[in-house]
Amino acid sequence: MPQYMLMFLGDDDQFEATPTEDRKKKYAEIMSWWEDLSKKGVIKGGEELQHRNTATTVRRVNGKMTVSDGPFIESKEHVGGWAMVEVPDLDAAIAIAKSWPSGDVEVRPIVER
Amino acid sequence: MALGRRRSSTDRGALITATVTSDAVAAVFREEAGRLTAALVRSLGDFDLAEECVQDALVAALEHWPREGVPNNPGAWLMTAAKRKGIDRLRREKRYQEKLAGLAGTEETMGGPTAGSALGHDERLELIFTCCHPALSREAQVALTLRSVAGLTTPEIARAFLVPEATIAQRLVRAKRKIVDAKIPFRVPDKADIPERLEQVLAVLYLMFNEGYLATGRRGAQDRDLAAEAEWLAGLVTQLLPEEPEALGLLALMRFGIARAPARFDRNGDIVLLKDQERWKWDRDKIDDGIALVARFLPAGRPGPYQLQALIALAHADAPSWDETRWPDIVQIYDRLLEFGDSPVIRLNRSIAVWHVAGAERALRELEPLADDLDAYHLFHATRAELLRDLGRGAEARDADRRALELTENPAERALLERRLS
Repeated sequence: MPQYMLMFLGDDDQFEATPTEDRKKKYAEIMSWWEDLSKKGVIKGGEELQHRNTATTVRRVNGKMTVSDGPFIESKEHVGGWAMVEVPDLDAAIAIAKSWPSGDVEVRPIVER
Repeated sequence: MALGRRRSSTDRGALITATVTSDAVAAVFREEAGRLTAALVRSLGDFDLAEECVQDALVAALEHWPREGVPNNPGAWLMTAAKRKGIDRLRREKRYQEKLAGLAGTEETMGGPTAGSALGHDERLELIFTCCHPALSREAQVALTLRSVAGLTTPEIARAFLVPEATIAQRLVRAKRKIVDAKIPFRVPDKADIPERLEQVLAVLYLMFNEGYLATGRRGAQDRDLAAEAEWLAGLVTQLLPEEPEALGLLALMRFGIARAPARFDRNGDIVLLKDQERWKWDRDKIDDGIALVARFLPAGRPGPYQLQALIALAHADAPSWDETRWPDIVQIYDRLLEFGDSPVIRLNRSIAVWHVAGAERALRELEPLADDLDAYHLFHATRAELLRDLGRGAEARDADRRALELTENPAERALLERRLS
């Protein structure tokens, strides 16, 4: 069955600025989303990533590897986590992405080998 | 039958350059291409491959039919050709070997021209939803629908949009690859998803229609009429989804638009605005078709933007003249339309109706807040110009017309504005 990567996008600073009560609620929703899909055998893996300020990027510049602070692309939203799902088709993957309780999601199929 | 010029069709990498000018052949392709594609997608389970086989079959038809005539059962002829070409293709390309068995089973899936209704389900519905899937870009949706459902060739699509053939070819290749690689399913969406998915389909057809409608003045004899293609496709959608009022609304809107076509250009090929059109030239049969559709969607009691636009078009179609138009009704319909989605362009169009109800001064005031959003839109300035002229502010009107001219690309509209300024 095909597999898709879901990349969860969010504004880290905005999330940090949300009051603690609301953040706890949001995490609870996310946990229950995860549990529900794990029970259905749909989620094969996934993690939450730390704040984008903790990111480091390694680039190849003029044949040299350089290391710099920060994520690859500087933007308002960044990947805050990922999940790998195994579902029959894109519509099923989109339905799962739509049910994600917190923000935008990129859906991309994984190369089958 | 007469055919337009035809250069050689080479193998799959090259562009198909055959053109169809014979109306009979084009009509057959339009009727059969969608069915054929749907049947092959079903049996092969591969959109890209199915589409290639159909194109091969159409190319074969363009080689044979001019010499031998259109066959009695063109659908069966095309299916046979598609299978023969498909088998060649499959043998050559390793990744498709397992599909050979699928191709053999296709005979049963597709019978004669009425097979769809005999099976109780026309799979062109699946095809339309797939081609208009939101995961594809709007441009890709349009090209793929014209290609797979309406049977247009790549050059025909390219000419319709004044875009190089290579651009369309690449757009189609990418879209088909995405369908296969991301596994966009070949199915009718679940009932709960139909409103959102149908909205995509209708948006694609509406875009197609407007493109064709605007191009009327510059369309060559060999070019396909996109507005007619869009009308046919919208008709197919209403056939396949007879209970959907927005689909009926869109088709009605198109028919009212097409009805006005005979009056839209004068003997010199210049645009004639709605207010100046000789209404006796309008196609009353088309208007009656539109009215019949309105009679179908009104009782459903599920209003929507296309239905409302159709009602505005109907208000114009009903009016014996511009001045006798029921402008207050039109303002009301625009107000309801805004509830479905406020947009500066809708407000702009509404202001013309307001002009006729409450005068130019009031209409101008309604236009002011739109200035930022619509500054780059030629019709905003053209409308302001008309209102200013009505108020006797001639110099400002000319300025606005000049600004409109700067922003207009369409040659027919440019000619109109140039005449106004001279």
